[in-house]
Amino acid sequence: MAAYSRRDFLKGSLAAGAGLAALGGLPSLITAQGKEPIKIGILHSLSGTMAISEVSLRDVVLMAVDDINAKGGVMGRKLQPVVVDPASNWDLFAEKAKQLLLQDKVAVTFGCWTSVSRKSVLPVFENNNGLLFYPVQYEGEECSKNVFYTGATPNQQLIPAAEYMMSKEGGSYKKFYLLGTDYVFPRTANKILRAFLLAKGVPKENIEEEYTPFNHQDYQTIVGKIKRFASGGSATVLSTINGDSNVPFYKEFGNQGLRSENAPIMAFSVAEDELRGMDTSALVGHLAAWNYYQSVDAPQNKKFVNAFKEYAQKNNLPGGAKRVTDDPMEAAYFGVYIWKQAVEKAKSVEVDAVRKAVYGQEFLAPGGKIKMDEANHHTYKPVLIGEILKDGQFKVVSRSKGLVKAEPWSQYTSPDKGCDWVKEKGTYQKKA
Amino acid sequence: MHVFALALFLAWLTAPAVGHAAVPAADVEHALVDLAGADVERREAAVTVIGQTGDPKWLAFLGALRDGSVYARKKGGQLEILVGGGKSTQGDKDLIEIKTAYDGAPLGAVPLADLIEVAADRRLRIAIKPFLDADETRGQFADPDPNERRGAAIKLGNQAEAAAAPTIEAALATEKDPWVRHALAEALGLIRLTHGDAATRTAAAGTLAGLHSLSAVATLKRLEADASASATERAAATNAVKKIERWTLLTTALETAFQGASLASILLLMALGLAIVFGLMGVINMAHGELMALGAYTTYVVQNWFRTAWPQAFDAYFLVALPLSFLVAGAAGLVLERGVIRRLYGRPLETLLLTWGASLIIQQGLRLWFGAANVDVSSPRWLSGGVPVMVGLTLPYNRVFIIGLAAVSVGAMYWLLFRSSAGLRIRAVTQNRAMSACLGVRASLVDATTFALGAGLAGLAGCALTQIGNVGPSLGQNYIVDSFMVVVTGGVGKLAGTILAAAGIGGLNKGIEPALGAVFAKVAILIAVILFLQRRPAGLFATRGRNADA
Repeated sequence: MAAYSRRDFLKGSLAAGAGLAALGGLPSLITAQGKEPIKIGILHSLSGTMAISEVSLRDVVLMAVDDINAKGGVMGRKLQPVVVDPASNWDLFAEKAKQLLLQDKVAVTFGCWTSVSRKSVLPVFENNNGLLFYPVQYEGEECSKNVFYTGATPNQQLIPAAEYMMSKEGGSYKKFYLLGTDYVFPRTANKILRAFLLAKGVPKENIEEEYTPFNHQDYQTIVGKIKRFASGGSATVLSTINGDSNVPFYKEFGNQGLRSENAPIMAFSVAEDELRGMDTSALVGHLAAWNYYQSVDAPQNKKFVNAFKEYAQKNNLPGGAKRVTDDPMEAAYFGVYIWKQAVEKAKSVEVDAVRKAVYGQEFLAPGGKIKMDEANHHTYKPVLIGEILKDGQFKVVSRSKGLVKAEPWSQYTSPDKGCDWVKEKGTYQKKA
Repeated sequence: MHVFALALFLAWLTAPAVGHAAVPAADVEHALVDLAGADVERREAAVTVIGQTGDPKWLAFLGALRDGSVYARKKGGQLEILVGGGKSTQGDKDLIEIKTAYDGAPLGAVPLADLIEVAADRRLRIAIKPFLDADETRGQFADPDPNERRGAAIKLGNQAEAAAAPTIEAALATEKDPWVRHALAEALGLIRLTHGDAATRTAAAGTLAGLHSLSAVATLKRLEADASASATERAAATNAVKKIERWTLLTTALETAFQGASLASILLLMALGLAIVFGLMGVINMAHGELMALGAYTTYVVQNWFRTAWPQAFDAYFLVALPLSFLVAGAAGLVLERGVIRRLYGRPLETLLLTWGASLIIQQGLRLWFGAANVDVSSPRWLSGGVPVMVGLTLPYNRVFIIGLAAVSVGAMYWLLFRSSAGLRIRAVTQNRAMSACLGVRASLVDATTFALGAGLAGLAGCALTQIGNVGPSLGQNYIVDSFMVVVTGGVGKLAGTILAAAGIGGLNKGIEPALGAVFAKVAILIAVILFLQRRPAGLFATRGRNADA
């Protein structure tokens, strides 16, 4: 019975949406020839647990929209942001996405952080042929026609970081402790890392894998284990520990006498924005892998960082001029510009036309020039290994040669799969 | 070649007087020109030449080269090598501050376009690494902080390069700190075990066994399995491994016991205030967690105050924060009790809702005032790091401190409740409110002080928690469930029950975790508590007597 009523409800809301579309569609079509603003959706949690991270993405997207509007908008039309709050609630994400697509009829949506929220809105965007720009590094294994992924795939973050730790330059580490919070990204990331390490000839007994619950605070036992694992040297921790748990982990690590020079931690989820709320003294000297840091030494990045600080101050955002920029923020920011360029190329905001225009689009992002892939909906990015400094910033210690092509399907766990929306229909089987 | 360079450099380490003049200045000039060239071999050789000068200023230059801030410019037909600094934009031109390569004398800002970047590729960075590492090690051995010296010794031991032995021996001769001496002796043993002849190796195995060196186990096991080694050597290795593993078993057991005690003390500290309010007054205080958060934020404010007003006494901030967070949370508790709770005594469901509402208000207030993001609370120096008590066992100061704090708090509570007249009145009101009121006890005053006391204890716990966890508006939510679990398991109204429950849950958790992992340990604890409460719904110590309604 419940299933029927839900289906009825869905039908009803779809019909209502279609009705609205019919009513609102005609006049808006007519005025679109004039200077009617283009609606764009912003789908980031502004309350709940993820607010800490996602609010900054909303801020940076709004800043980009302001800049674009100040310079005359897109094709002479202003952008009108529609900000909704899915409140860190995965079901609400789907509902709000539906609202943006059917009710507000946005041309494009910028949003999501966690993989579960992305998975929850995916069917909505696919069924209604919407367009989503997703700005966060993620575990890959996805290839949607309606999503552009401006964050890193595993081969643009995890693999280069592990390679760096194994290299002479990184310290020739031979033992790897894979530590993560218990959810989809760390589990998949560690699956890929393990496959990679085994493929590189690291013996099984030199790889340890461990997970902790969300908000875990007591890292005594795990640090004790790492201490014994690291005795004899050449051991490193590859950490996908999320958010809050990092402070207690790094503190315990230092307090039990472990040091970055003898057992460095390579983190995949610690960026400048998270370091704002941390006592960084315990983290100094440890490493992280990203595609952008606030400290990237480039003129366009200086402008970006200053513009964001000014924007935060001018709009009275909490933190004001103390705000920092980081990797997901950069990815969210250039996503807006990639979309703008694609719209201008397609001379239309219609999703299918824009999608094709995004392929191969280039942009001088704050961290350096990036390029959208010609077929797989992901982004060519540089890979930077950074060392954490006392002020919560990173010093780049190694950077990839040029841009790295994204592999949505890791060659180590899914060598037979590829992603292509030009020659194939999304995910396809590679011929042996 | 790098090993050779390292060996040379380590040799220089032990005889610093010979150092600087060894490389003629002309060679360095040539090397600089080579660096700007394209020939990979010659660039690498150039790094070696510059590194071998051992001159700190040239090493700083190599550091700049590795970081990618070295540039070249044409000057009178010759290449001049420079170190770049801050970049700026003037009009449409990007400018960069430049300095001379050797002594870093500033040369002003020039357009970036006029300079050629001397990039350090991977190979060059690898060539630079040993020189900078050796320099870092030298600096660390001279560091006044024993932890730095110890870290350097462990690093050399793990690398086990034969060339490092003289450096270690030299350091061992002057070192006074027993733990640094231990690390140095261990490093020397590891080097001998890796590089010595048969007799040296046998002796080294014995020494390492005596030092309980866990770091040596992997090498010893290799020696044990090495068919080319002599029987005595292999026997020595086997013995050493056995001895070290026995020692490791002992330290691991002690470590687990300490971890259990530490977790128990944290749980106890969190639950103590709750137990008093819940047990003595029958109020289920859902705002307990937020009172902890108030204590934690008080610590944060005190820390910031010290940082700006009195930075030289920063380490003392925590001693001020402890009583202050007790007072602030206590005052908040008092306001809460006088303001609303006293109107709802005897109505547990309403007080539950009320305190829950209060918790939301406090939480949102903190969020509005301090922002949604976590704030950083630095540990004072005397609470960071740990004390090594035996080989392989280091007890973190913050955890030792919290165990002490919990013990003192419990002791004080016992004294207050069972040895002081105020405690007598509290117990009297708990047992029979009407009768004690008749006998002249001001029951409402007792209620207010008891609630304030419980709230103050929550503040104290919050202050202590800043040293091990995060401080954010939702801090209370993370701990409230655990606190209730302890109180309910212990039995409502019994201090002894709370203590025993905290010890039991903490110990059980840490006992399970090494084998089954953190996720399952949490699940197992919850299951155990549920099963236990099925058997004994009133908890460990049930309240007995006429007024017991359980």
